[in-house]
Amino acid sequence: MLSSTVVQLGIKELRGLSRDVVMLFLIIFSFTFSVYSAATSAPETLNRATIAIIDEDLSPLSGRIATSFYPPYFLKPGMITHAEMDRRMDEGLDTFALSIPPNFQRDLLAGKSPVIQLNVDATRMTQAFSGGGYVQSIVSGEVSEFLQRYRASTELPVDLTLRARFNPELNKGWFGAITSIMNSITMLAIVLAGAALIREREHGTIEHLLVMPVTPMEIMVSKIWSTGLVVLVASTFSLVVIAQGILQIPLQGSLALFLLGTVLLLFATTSLGIFLATVSGSMPQFGLMLVLLPLQVLSGASTPRESMPEFVQYIMLAAPNTHFVILAQAILFRGAGIDVVWPQLVALLVIGALLFSLSLRRFRAFLK
Amino acid sequence: MNETRSSPAVSFEGLTLTYGKTVALDGISLAIPAGRMVGLIGPDGVGKSSLLSLIAGARAMQEGALDVLGGDMRDAGHRRNVCPRIAYMPQGLGKNLYHTLSIFENVDFFGRLFGQDREEREARIADLLESTGLAPFRDRPAGKLSGGMKQKLGLCCALIHDPDLLILDEPTTGVDPLSRRQFWELIDRIRADRPGMSVLVATAYMEEAARYDWLVAMNAGQILATGTPQELLQQTETENLDAAFIALLPEADRKDHHKVEIPPFEKDAHGDYAIEARNLTMRFGDFTAVDNVSFEIPRGEIFGFLGSNGCGKTTTMKMLTGLLAATEGTAKLFGKEVDPNDMAVRKRVGYMSQAFSLYGELTVRQNLDLHARLFKLDEATIPGRIDEMAQRFDLDDVMDVLPDALPLGVRQRLSLAVAMIHAPDILILDEPTSGVDPVARDGFWQILADLSRKDGVTIFVSTHFMNEAELCDRISLMHAGKVLISDTPQAIKEKRSASTLEEAFIAYLEEAIGDARDQSAEVRPQPQEAAPPAKDEIAPAPSSFVSRYFDPRRMLSYTMREALEIRRDPIRATLAVLGSVILMFVIGFGVNMDVEDLTFAVLDRDDSSISRDYVLQIAGSRYFIEKEPISNDADMDRRMRNGELNLVIEIPPGFGRDVLRGRGVDIGGWIDGSNPQRAETVSGYVQGMHAAWVSAQAREALGRNVTQGDFGLEIRYRYNPDIKSLVAMVPAVIPILLMMIPAMLATLSVVREKELGSITNLYVTPVTRFEFLVGKQIPYIVLAMLNFFLLAAMAVFIFRVPFTGSFAVFTLSALLYVSAATALGLVISSFMKSQLAAVFATTLITILPAVQFSGLTDPVSSLEGAGAFISKLYPTTYFMIVSRGTFSKALGFGDVSSALVPLAIAVPVLICIGTLLLKKQEA
Repeated sequence: MLSSTVVQLGIKELRGLSRDVVMLFLIIFSFTFSVYSAATSAPETLNRATIAIIDEDLSPLSGRIATSFYPPYFLKPGMITHAEMDRRMDEGLDTFALSIPPNFQRDLLAGKSPVIQLNVDATRMTQAFSGGGYVQSIVSGEVSEFLQRYRASTELPVDLTLRARFNPELNKGWFGAITSIMNSITMLAIVLAGAALIREREHGTIEHLLVMPVTPMEIMVSKIWSTGLVVLVASTFSLVVIAQGILQIPLQGSLALFLLGTVLLLFATTSLGIFLATVSGSMPQFGLMLVLLPLQVLSGASTPRESMPEFVQYIMLAAPNTHFVILAQAILFRGAGIDVVWPQLVALLVIGALLFSLSLRRFRAFLK
Repeated sequence: MNETRSSPAVSFEGLTLTYGKTVALDGISLAIPAGRMVGLIGPDGVGKSSLLSLIAGARAMQEGALDVLGGDMRDAGHRRNVCPRIAYMPQGLGKNLYHTLSIFENVDFFGRLFGQDREEREARIADLLESTGLAPFRDRPAGKLSGGMKQKLGLCCALIHDPDLLILDEPTTGVDPLSRRQFWELIDRIRADRPGMSVLVATAYMEEAARYDWLVAMNAGQILATGTPQELLQQTETENLDAAFIALLPEADRKDHHKVEIPPFEKDAHGDYAIEARNLTMRFGDFTAVDNVSFEIPRGEIFGFLGSNGCGKTTTMKMLTGLLAATEGTAKLFGKEVDPNDMAVRKRVGYMSQAFSLYGELTVRQNLDLHARLFKLDEATIPGRIDEMAQRFDLDDVMDVLPDALPLGVRQRLSLAVAMIHAPDILILDEPTSGVDPVARDGFWQILADLSRKDGVTIFVSTHFMNEAELCDRISLMHAGKVLISDTPQAIKEKRSASTLEEAFIAYLEEAIGDARDQSAEVRPQPQEAAPPAKDEIAPAPSSFVSRYFDPRRMLSYTMREALEIRRDPIRATLAVLGSVILMFVIGFGVNMDVEDLTFAVLDRDDSSISRDYVLQIAGSRYFIEKEPISNDADMDRRMRNGELNLVIEIPPGFGRDVLRGRGVDIGGWIDGSNPQRAETVSGYVQGMHAAWVSAQAREALGRNVTQGDFGLEIRYRYNPDIKSLVAMVPAVIPILLMMIPAMLATLSVVREKELGSITNLYVTPVTRFEFLVGKQIPYIVLAMLNFFLLAAMAVFIFRVPFTGSFAVFTLSALLYVSAATALGLVISSFMKSQLAAVFATTLITILPAVQFSGLTDPVSSLEGAGAFISKLYPTTYFMIVSRGTFSKALGFGDVSSALVPLAIAVPVLICIGTLLLKKQEA
């Protein structure tokens, strides 16, 4: 009976894995510590930005402005001159340089609309974007507080109340944790399945299997189910215990639906792992190929697919994780049901079937 | 020369070597005479190889004293002086050769290591290849040679510098008898040429050892006896060395030993055959692995298959088991043709492969259990069957032990038990006793004899030991895919009127090979004339003596070799050239922070001209794309859940009227928060547009005076006025990519040699550590620079990042930077043992500081503590400044010189550290 062989070989894989300290460490690390740290260390948009101030006014107001930048958003500003500014920015010492012109306070009170100049080193993307806004609001706050004694508000009473759905506080940790789980699923499925095959080849045990009443198909399926199961259990644990339990991330949709998607993804990625293992043949070369694993960034897990060039979006439709990322984000963050994610499930199934048959063909050839 | 003859070539006292808890050499003392052929005999794992590697200077000494060629091997100065006089060929076929390099390239590489100039090298190589018969194959890659040829090539490499002490570690294991004999004839000839040369050989073949001048019998790290073969035989009163060796073993080790006794084989009355092969042929492309092989094996016979590595034994066995479909001919088991898809046949066959190939991660019991289940034994009978096997093969005490912890002899019994678990009728054994000690080997053969005679199991066994072949009922001699003869050992000997099976085999081989090989025998006298003149007189120094400390030729020999290897390894070459380009592509397109084309829809409950004006403000922006308006709350919920909409704006009823009256109104906005980064950007855009709209309305409603008393904040985005994320990202990513992959390749280049064993060449040749490292580094610097130009071109032409500064400065700093990166890889390599670990560790070690502490996201000036310290030391910090400066800030040499200096310092410092950490001997 086919199934008993597949079960026995799979159990053998699990036993083997249970003695492989390095792989166990990798699994535990990726699904616990790595997820936790992705959630907690997700950087705030602005953190310890360096700012320098060129104060040519030296008035009480300019003094107020200069002292209004403090950690954690900004480092204590350095007071510099115009002459120093260019050099310091060229060397990358300061991200921001705020230049307060002479007679700023006097002109302001005289209603002459003086202009403060903020130089931003726009080669530092993350800080340049958000930091500009922060500086603007800090300076405005100081100025209007200073002006309060002189004038009443003349605002038009139209308010925009913006609310974020699915993640009201826009907690980046939630996103980071889930992204990290998704990346770990893909990586481990490829690494475990590939390593399981290469290990057998390097130890010569694969040849041994072949003289027994065992077919290549059974060998491959046993590796797929056993490594897939390990990753599935580990990712469920990570999602339930680490994400929901410890990190208190409220997951929206049905866990069962997500796990169904995961199973389909694992089917595809473990097949891919076996395919790569047959191409590389030895553990070191397999390791080298994994250097290209960052390709999964293009799946849209970390940055939205919409911002990528169209041709990249099309190419990445061939990758299983692209569909998995769409599915996982819809289910876990937006609580989508099967009525929404069925196209992704179908796509995963098709890609998985293709990868499986491709790998099986290569695997058969590889055994010759 | 003469002085070395009187004094011993090698002498040691109290020599001890341990690996962890394992004692390889246990305080042994001996003086080995010079100018002789000295053999170390004993099974695997008794310390022969350890002793030889110590003598060669390849392994660092632990305890005891060791003098080689008149000097203390603890003294690095002496080692440097004598290494040109010693040649060492480690164990394993072609272990210190480079398999992708051709024969000529391999020998040439060694010639360069010994500092010979081109003329000298070519003369010597031509001479050596001629005398070994390798000349016709000089351009064939070493990996594609037969075992015998590999060993001859190894010998050429060892002899390129006329050594006084030649150390050979099991040079003929796994080589066919003819090649073996040719090998020894070659050694004899060389010795005749250079009578002063001492030869030290370890061997597992006792029949070979019989022809040496002097023997050292070893067991378990101890020396059992020394003397000429004749003396050993007399001392033990035995007829051959195998028996003598067993007699020399301590009482405890040999008490279980019995001479193998096999009752004569009586052919079954039925006369049917268990295995029949008829005209079996197997071709792989042009190569014929098995050529028209036929034989019949009656039930219950022990049939031996004798031949060298790679002669087609294993392929034949695979065809018999149905693993491979024969190109031509038929194989029958029990009268039925073998069908690879017929699982039923496999159940009647037990197979034990050459190397130990059971699962090391499963215990003995689990291994037996797994195989029982794979053969679909009845669930209920499995435990009984396992116990039976355990008893029969004497495994009771080790059932719950992992096989890796067991001695070789026990593991072989386990393999046999596994092969027998399903009670097969045929047992196929592929070199089952390689490396097993004589006592265990005889025990193993006794079991085989019982299986054959008592249980009627047909046994098909391959071996390259003649004394094992003698035990078989019938044998086939196989060479180059052909069966030369099949008969009983006795008949074979008689047919050739040879006194031993080996002689008979050689006679058959010579007949089969015919003229082709005879040539090499005939050129015999010539090499002496062609040899470089007067070499004996100038010894011990090699004829072209070069600087001991630095020689560009030695360094470049590693450079050339490395370059050749990369060219011939497609995966590494691709990664080296395209790896960073692919990653750059990924990052450039994947980590794009510009958010555009956001989808939004409106739930307009007012539908006045003012509300439409408000919506138009958003729809007109280049960031947003308007989708169909929302009809109700349920519609909104659905479309946000499936991710269609990033933003929804809800305008309350009476909005237009209230705005006109100046009454407070609240517009509602919902953002998809599932990607917080994007949500923040959306929020920023919307708020900005809202504010603009409100102030425009206010200006209309309240007149100009609202702006009075205001101030302006003018933001100048320097270096990247369009604030495009690619412009910011790309110059920062180049330094990271140029760190990771070059460092990894450099690390691998050293670790690979460690893992494959060719690092021995560093240990035993005059090449210095510095030459070794820098020689290996050079090709990777060149590759990294190629990468650099590709990345820069990609940045400018594909990602359209304007380059504003001095490209010359950028290139110069890149050169310094990649030199530092590769040097860092070399430093890392000294801590790594396996290539896989090297890949992971290098990624981690290089990426982490490069991303965290080099100013990619947070400026270096904002770091504190350990982070600040690392950032000051790490080269990426400085190259990042140059990269950003020259790309976006239009900087030139003067502006970035403060960053160039640290880079220029890093290179020599890292190379020095790498050199100091690298060991010139194995620990």
